[in-house]
Amino acid sequence: MAETAKNEEVSDVVPSTAETTAEVEAVLDAPVDRGEPILQVRNLVKHFPLTQGILFKKQIGAVKAVDGVSFDLYKGETLGIVGESGCGKSTVAKLLMTLETATSGEVFYKGQDITKLSGRALKAVRRNIQMVFQDPYTSLNPRMTVGDIIGEPFDIHPEVAPKGDRRKRVQELLDVVGLNPEYINRYPHQFSGGQRQRIGIARGLALNPEVIICDEPVSALDVSVQAQVINLMEKLQNEFELSYVFIAHDLSIVRHISDRVGVMYLGKMAEIGTDSEIYDHPTHPYTQALLSAVPVPDPAAREGRERIILTGDVPSPANPPSGCRFRTRCWKAQDKCAEEVPLLAVPEVFAGKKTLAAHDSACHFAEERDVVHAA
Amino acid sequence: MTTMEKTANVPEPRAADGDGTPLLQVRDLHVEFHTRDGVAKAVNGVNYSVNAGETLAVLGESGSGKSVTAQAIMGILDMPPGRIPQGEILFRGQDMLKMSAEERRKLRGSKIAMIFQDALSSLNPVLSVGYQLGEMYRVHQGLSKKEAKAKAVELMDRVRIPAAKERVDDYPHQFSGGMRQRIMIAMALALEPDLIIADEPTTALDVTVQAQVMDLLAELQREYNMGLILITHDLGVVADVADKIAVMYAGRIVETAPVDELYQRPAHPYTRGLLDSIPRLDQKGQELYAIKGLPPNLLNIPSGCAFNPRCPKAQDICRTETPALAPVTERDGAPLAGRGSACHFWKETIHG
Amino acid sequence: MPEKTLPHETTVPEAVSTAMKSGAGKPRSLGQDAWRELRGSWLFWSSGVLLVLFIVMAAFPTLFTGVDPRQADLRGHYLAPPNWSHFFEADWFGYNGQGQSVYARTVHGARASIIVGVCVTLAVTVIGGLVGMLAGYFGGWVDALLSRLTDIFFGIPLLLGALTLLQAFTHRTAWTVSLGLATFGWMQIARVMRGAVITQKQADFVTAARALGAGTGRILFRHILPNVIGPVIVVATIALGGYISTEATLSYLGIGLQDPVVSWGVDISAAQSQLRDAPHVLLVPASFLSLTVLAFILLGDAVRDALDPKLR
Repeated sequence: MAETAKNEEVSDVVPSTAETTAEVEAVLDAPVDRGEPILQVRNLVKHFPLTQGILFKKQIGAVKAVDGVSFDLYKGETLGIVGESGCGKSTVAKLLMTLETATSGEVFYKGQDITKLSGRALKAVRRNIQMVFQDPYTSLNPRMTVGDIIGEPFDIHPEVAPKGDRRKRVQELLDVVGLNPEYINRYPHQFSGGQRQRIGIARGLALNPEVIICDEPVSALDVSVQAQVINLMEKLQNEFELSYVFIAHDLSIVRHISDRVGVMYLGKMAEIGTDSEIYDHPTHPYTQALLSAVPVPDPAAREGRERIILTGDVPSPANPPSGCRFRTRCWKAQDKCAEEVPLLAVPEVFAGKKTLAAHDSACHFAEERDVVHAA
Repeated sequence: MTTMEKTANVPEPRAADGDGTPLLQVRDLHVEFHTRDGVAKAVNGVNYSVNAGETLAVLGESGSGKSVTAQAIMGILDMPPGRIPQGEILFRGQDMLKMSAEERRKLRGSKIAMIFQDALSSLNPVLSVGYQLGEMYRVHQGLSKKEAKAKAVELMDRVRIPAAKERVDDYPHQFSGGMRQRIMIAMALALEPDLIIADEPTTALDVTVQAQVMDLLAELQREYNMGLILITHDLGVVADVADKIAVMYAGRIVETAPVDELYQRPAHPYTRGLLDSIPRLDQKGQELYAIKGLPPNLLNIPSGCAFNPRCPKAQDICRTETPALAPVTERDGAPLAGRGSACHFWKETIHG
Repeated sequence: MPEKTLPHETTVPEAVSTAMKSGAGKPRSLGQDAWRELRGSWLFWSSGVLLVLFIVMAAFPTLFTGVDPRQADLRGHYLAPPNWSHFFEADWFGYNGQGQSVYARTVHGARASIIVGVCVTLAVTVIGGLVGMLAGYFGGWVDALLSRLTDIFFGIPLLLGALTLLQAFTHRTAWTVSLGLATFGWMQIARVMRGAVITQKQADFVTAARALGAGTGRILFRHILPNVIGPVIVVATIALGGYISTEATLSYLGIGLQDPVVSWGVDISAAQSQLRDAPHVLLVPASFLSLTVLAFILLGDAVRDALDPKLR
């Protein structure tokens, strides 16, 4: 399972040498230039143990939710992560937020490994990496007013805003996300889904974070409201120089908002590249199948579009197939695929070639195929 | 293991029954809910019809009344708080709202069946799949346990559940999401109904599984020559399978059109806005067009056209007069079959 | 299609109820919404009026009667029958076997019952609430330990446990009886609390608070507690009635309150031997007892309906 090969997309990590809490805090709050890596994820692994027994628990296996994922996030960019349910994309979000403890691997934020931090240093990380949740109905405490919800970050991190300023700051935030600042005393259940998601975004912005992890931020919203929220997020990104990790299953939205896209399958990254590399020049069969299955709201463009219909379901992450995890549903699978784990790197066939197909793809038989555009 | 195919062409819409009566016709249906905050007007005069072998897609966002209409057709609305103050639901020309509870119960399942979004909660977790599938035959046709089970296996084969014979005694939680949705489809198909109502049948499924299930549904519909009402919010899913589309907003149908035409030339600003607000898969766009404002509050639907507060074309007339669903024609007045728009300015919308 | 497979048991469809909000209108907390709901509920008003009456009776018995409940006139009033037209007078409900006014004793008896009921409920809510919250939130060995402890106590019937414990006290007051009942009565609240906390701690808004860097105390008391207290209040209110009747049972068995404390249980116990000759001596305190218990249970029901989030 060791994935030691260095791949070219991933930059070198310059680990921070900070030791004391104060030094670590200084590193975390240091500025980063646009285009420089801000978050570097290396061989991230999360296994959830499966146990048996009530009093004396015995481990009988593990759900390999995330199994060796590496990627970079650059300052000011949006990295989209797509995949089907159970591919581990939401677990990646929780790991980046240090809401779950990684089984192994590192997450470097400005060179500082945040997976092993605790106490004040961890709190400083929280200030810099925030999250927007999927479900606007469950992510806001129904017993708190909007003002209390958006103001809570200031209660937890009093150094960010002095007490007298908070109400004003909350109203500014409401205004920034396009809500009436007078709504400050209302309760979440008085708002529609789109408005609630704006409240959630305002809460995420309160501490002036540099990175926002968005876990399916618009999938619970109506189509007409989705566009509003997406536009808002893009506006905020420009305004505050935010970096987004945008996790979603809707491939069209991910293409729209992302600069680069990673495709996950069963706990591993199958393919990663710029939006054009992934959507216009996919080389991994899973990406191709995924893209071809997207129903396109245009009957004219649909004619003549190639469709790959996969058979079967995603295997259980508790017992993933050997070798390439996609091989059980892949039409190209050969013996090699069962024996050897394909590494995420530029496939040999494209190595050194000047084509957009030359990007990281974890397939032994990578091959370019356009499934998005009509023939 | 993997099949590849070019997308099939849209099936030809089939003609109505011999006598010209549509399979199902909804006429001026109103549904309201009495809540402590007031009366929520969920459906406000919906008209549509479906013929045998035809797929009608009802497209709308949450609160548009698309699901409530379907539940009214199925007769599974909770009343109270629901109420149907006026309207008719004609099944083969007979008004179902005037039927006795017993008559309607007999229609349900044998003539009209429904597929829900959430297959897991729609299946009983403590009964085996085979038992639940066989139940249709035992209850409606009085078959023996053994015969019913054989029928259940046959059905599971038909919806292409692998190893049906071995899996017939399994329980719902032992199946994956896609397989469970197939079981729901099998259950709906059991008595070979004339009409199937599918309420967001693939919304809870992954993209690659969605395609499998939609294809299966379309194929079975062709095979049995059933009418299909597909309720969805997904413009993409609709484009793949529907013959005609009814777009709903705030409990009304704002536009009807054959599938291809709707996407090429929408005749209602809401439809146009929806189409413009979805990002494209095949190219990277600029800023998305977004319909401004909020979905309507059903307790307090705007006067005139319900869409007027969000509409870029709204004039004074839109705030005072409710537009009727008017036939849409070509620029020169030539009729466009099956097209209608409830907009005072449909001409400007479709012909620019 | 068989009816039972239809998933739509909810009242107003979700899509419709979500399409009823837009941030407009006055700010309204869930508590205010619950109050709006309660205001229109006859259950709430009838149980509320009864309870207010009993509580005033317990606090200021002299408002209702000037007669001393302990004053006995065996010769003059032995088991004298009620005089239904003499409202609020000493002989309204007749006299008991010791020639004491049944009306006066019933009025004065309310205090002991309500004190025991309220004290036990408060104690049980605090103990059970704390146990349940810690077990639910921390899980793991904390949960295993506390849950087993809860199970052990569940194995002891409330009445039997209280009987055994109270036996140790020769002099029993409302406080000792409350202690006895609370010791063996907190488990239900603990279970309700634990379940509710486990559900809530997985809620996204709790995750959101953790992501902001909130500490355990803030998460427990600011986020989880306000969202789980509703069902606990309902269970506690309904249980309150039960504690009052258990107190009466204990007193009836001679292990609860004792003379000279005036209590419904003591009176019912004393009246049993004269049931045939003078049923009123037993029936009057018994009816007051039942009415109080009923009022608490109805109030609990009304509050539960009002807090039910499904209607919102």
